[in-house]
Amino acid sequence: MFKKTLLAGLALSVAMISGVALAQDKVSIVYIPKNTGNPYFDSLVQGFVDACAELGCDFTTAAPATAEATSQIPFITAQTQRGVDVIAISPNSPDAMNQVLDRAREKGVLVLAVNGDLVDNYEHRDAAILPVDFTKTGPGQVELLGSMIGYEGEIAILSATTDAPDQNTWIAAMENSLATDPKYAKMNLVAKVYGDDEPQKSTTEAEALLQTYPNLKGIISPTTVGVAAAAQVIQSAGKAETVKLTGLGTPNQMRPFVKDGTVQAFQLWSPYNEGWLAAHFAVGLKNGTISNEVGSTFEVPNLGSITIGEHNVMNTQAELTTFDAANIDEFNF
Amino acid sequence: MNAVSNLLGTLFQRREAGIVVMIVLLVAAVGIIQPRFLSLETLRIVMLAIPLIMIAAMGQMMVLVARHVDLSIGSILGFSAIVAGMMFRDLPDWPVLVGVLVAVALGGALGLLNGLLVTIFKLPSIIVTLGTLSLYRGFVFLVSNSRQVDPQFIPKSLIQMSQTSPFIGIPWIVIIAFIVALLTYFFLDHTRLGRQIYAMGSNPVAAPLRGIRVVPVTLLVFTISGALAGLTGVIYASRFGYVNPGITGVGFEFTVIAAVVIGGVSINGGVGTVLGTVLGVILLGTVNVALPILGVSAFWQDAIYGTVIIVALLIDRSVRQRGIKALSGARSNA
Repeated sequence: MFKKTLLAGLALSVAMISGVALAQDKVSIVYIPKNTGNPYFDSLVQGFVDACAELGCDFTTAAPATAEATSQIPFITAQTQRGVDVIAISPNSPDAMNQVLDRAREKGVLVLAVNGDLVDNYEHRDAAILPVDFTKTGPGQVELLGSMIGYEGEIAILSATTDAPDQNTWIAAMENSLATDPKYAKMNLVAKVYGDDEPQKSTTEAEALLQTYPNLKGIISPTTVGVAAAAQVIQSAGKAETVKLTGLGTPNQMRPFVKDGTVQAFQLWSPYNEGWLAAHFAVGLKNGTISNEVGSTFEVPNLGSITIGEHNVMNTQAELTTFDAANIDEFNF
Repeated sequence: MNAVSNLLGTLFQRREAGIVVMIVLLVAAVGIIQPRFLSLETLRIVMLAIPLIMIAAMGQMMVLVARHVDLSIGSILGFSAIVAGMMFRDLPDWPVLVGVLVAVALGGALGLLNGLLVTIFKLPSIIVTLGTLSLYRGFVFLVSNSRQVDPQFIPKSLIQMSQTSPFIGIPWIVIIAFIVALLTYFFLDHTRLGRQIYAMGSNPVAAPLRGIRVVPVTLLVFTISGALAGLTGVIYASRFGYVNPGITGVGFEFTVIAAVVIGGVSINGGVGTVLGTVLGVILLGTVNVALPILGVSAFWQDAIYGTVIIVALLIDRSVRQRGIKALSGARSNA
């Protein structure tokens, strides 16, 4: 009891001190997405913007033109020199930025990985904000497609590049589900093809799937460019009745295809909530109201209670969001 | 019957014969391995794979014939497409045709700027357009505030250009591409200006002595290349149904230059035909469609694609040398 009071008193005084500091200098946050022009990250940025409008933090965003392993390094360096308090980054590489991130942290910058983590390099960032437990993505997609095709028939996967780490993790989990879960015993994965996240290549690969596998019942495309290209192919081939498509896409990209029935349902999470959570976490941490320890919990408006998990990872939602004709108009990103 | 064999005879004396043979061999080989390839559906897929490349290739071919190169077409395509897309989104009441014309005009303007930089500063076009490749892509990000134009804003009528057909199942965009190729043919082969481009490319030193005004002709060539890249931008929006600043047109210049060079257009200027370019585009489009249908592993596709380009160039070269030998043999006999 006494201990608790002491802690509360400590927390209060810390909050007061940082409150004074805050009055002089708002917490400044910069977010570095993978690359510019990606509507997915536009939505994530909006989450930061709205949260900072409410919490009173300074927010900016800066991004390289291309999502290459090293393209974010100059941005991290520049922001560190500018003296920001928080660098939130969606890393293009799990390890290429270790040194520059260490230098930023030596200068007292709080480094948050957002939307993707520095896998096996956890010591180079303070915490990670991920949309959903990524181990659920693959099985979730298989289940969704299965429910569309009655858990029976030939299916194919249209991915991004052959070395895309997220997609490869999800695909491995899909294959695992298909192989081990008896529910999916009659679903037969006939091809894994790669559209390199290019519209032309993704389109050609999707067309080839329809052509090569006349009995194809379904396609999973766990990448926004791929699922949009495949939808366009199925739409123009008039095969929405025979070939079911699902994947990971953004509502704005997929809206016309859901409205005209080409695609029944697809999945994603809310990138907006990632920005929202990251800003609340960063400001709370800087103000001392949140402690960055595994197992500790805190409340975030609209998201409820958030628990900091293993490797200081927190998720914005427990399950993937499924978008279909009934709910797609509630989303704008 | 005689007329037909005569026609075939003339056809096979032409340089383009090599590419026709390659296309036939390719289709036959793929058809043997994967009989499903020989279908109307494949024809439709190939047809849809070529218009984007073909329209831009006509411009690129002219630039190469004039002994220049235009590396910036992918970014011009992106710029025209994003501006047209933003017009469709923000001015939905305006006719689609206005967006198309704006895209072509903007492409022409960026092409003209390339030409001005090349002629005023006497810089090699490969350097100038390498610079504008990045510069124009920067414009795309700036003008769009780095935001994508989503599918719901692309007009239905534009998208249907890729999906509907005026006759026998040939989509509109394919017909547009062939009209552009025909116009290019008439311009290059049947106008004085067109012949001047060849003369300028085959001998830039002698061209002014023969009364060719090199600067305006060069400007025109770059402007046409830009305008056609701009038109390709609108077709892109039609074909893929959205415009993304970081994706649309990126790397497109390499595909187009590969197709043009396979089509027998010399990078040393002065040599190249519209027919050859069209065949080069068809060959490349067929390869692109064939590789996934053959089930070639993604790990191998790039390597095989590159090999096909090199083999095509080698075959073209040997056919050409045989042609030159035959020609000089005929002359010495005479």
